[in-house]
Amino acid sequence: MHSKPKVFWIDAVGCNGCSHSFFNYGEIKELLDKIELLYHPLLPSKEFKVQRSDILIIEGALKTTYFPRLDFNLVDLIFELIKLSKKVIVVGTCSVYGGIFGEGVLFNKKKEGKFFEFKEKMIALPGCPPHPEWIAYVIEMLIENKNILMDKENRPKEIYSYTSHMGCIRNEYFEWKIDVLEFGTKEGCLFYDQGCQGPFTHSSCNRILWNEINSKPRAGTPCFGCTEKEFPKKNLFKTETFMGIPANIPLGVGKRAYLTIAGIAKSLKNERLSKRLINEDN
Amino acid sequence: MSKEEKKLEIMKTALNLFAKNGFYTTTIADIAKEMGMSVGNMYNYFHSKESLAKELLIYTSKIFGDEIRKINDMNISSKEKIKKIVELYFNMAKEEPELVDYFMRVYLSNKEIFSNGCEGMLCVSAFVTEIMIFFEEGVRKKELKNQDFFAAFGLFMGYIGGLAFLFREGILGKDLDEYIKPVSENIYNALKA
Repeated sequence: MHSKPKVFWIDAVGCNGCSHSFFNYGEIKELLDKIELLYHPLLPSKEFKVQRSDILIIEGALKTTYFPRLDFNLVDLIFELIKLSKKVIVVGTCSVYGGIFGEGVLFNKKKEGKFFEFKEKMIALPGCPPHPEWIAYVIEMLIENKNILMDKENRPKEIYSYTSHMGCIRNEYFEWKIDVLEFGTKEGCLFYDQGCQGPFTHSSCNRILWNEINSKPRAGTPCFGCTEKEFPKKNLFKTETFMGIPANIPLGVGKRAYLTIAGIAKSLKNERLSKRLINEDN
Repeated sequence: MSKEEKKLEIMKTALNLFAKNGFYTTTIADIAKEMGMSVGNMYNYFHSKESLAKELLIYTSKIFGDEIRKINDMNISSKEKIKKIVELYFNMAKEEPELVDYFMRVYLSNKEIFSNGCEGMLCVSAFVTEIMIFFEEGVRKKELKNQDFFAAFGLFMGYIGGLAFLFREGILGKDLDEYIKPVSENIYNALKA
């Protein structure tokens, strides 16, 4: 690419949360210095006009009925911008899968989305919002003209090969099947009762920490699975179970194998972890 | 006969004796005698009566588990699966009563033998896992009511185990086969969505 790639950031139907996440990138100034920002709805940029770009970033979902945006019908505008761009970063779960607000640009939940035909030049960054470093990583890779390894859904493998379970500081409790008994306690796993979707959610939230210090499960909130196509689900603070057995089990393991190992781990009770490590009451 | 085959023979012999005479009354010498082996040679296979009892529990649990797995893999409704599991259990109670007797008269009645090494699901996981899968899939298919696992497990296994026990005690007025249909229906009615 050019020494200063032209970047166009368009917001579709959404909350601008992905933009705000990006604004928290620690080296945003240095990154912005490396690009020529053609348009961003919130940052100072040139006057809006439909034009060619090296990198188009689409934030937010689509509405396929008439939806005005910058004097265009939204879907028509997005179509024009995609055609005029070399690479497209589809940023946020709304844009990738539809998320909270509507239809996705690349996918519509599990189906192909309105602009699936342009998949070749798209990079998907689901998340509600995606971590600022994930967004910056992809922009930097494109600036450097480096190859981004991607999975079948065009998500960068570097970010989405992992689950948000990986790196969770509660993993020892998961190993021994020791649940959080009370919301907000430091000890215990959030998977069995509190709704944590970490073991089956593709994300790096516990590897690349939020604000460089934390993640939802570390702070005691279950992973909501916000990078996944089914997001948002209902009852985010309650694990869905069928006859007491988690409806969703960790990725990559069969149900029979998981139940066997879970039953054995539970039977071999870990005494140390069965009580609070730090009891503030005495 | 390979060492593994011999070991299995000893287990089958012990299973019969434990089921018939109880764990404490049966001695290693009794099992050796039945096998036509010396007591010393027996210890080449099992270092204690307790370890033999634990291996037997894993063995019987696996036999039950493997059979229930076949039912789980069938493309039939939960209602039909319930009937097949009841049928399986009652047939075993009739054809291989030592298996059921061992589970009920030795394992469930003498938990102290199994307290070190067979805690919780450790030695019965093959069987319990298949029952879990049966329940989980039934709820997933919306055929069974979503409820606490043990509430359902107790209702199912406690019920058929109780009937098999009454049968073995000679208390049932009718043949066990005649209870397959009403018992299956009762279980289904209690578990259905």
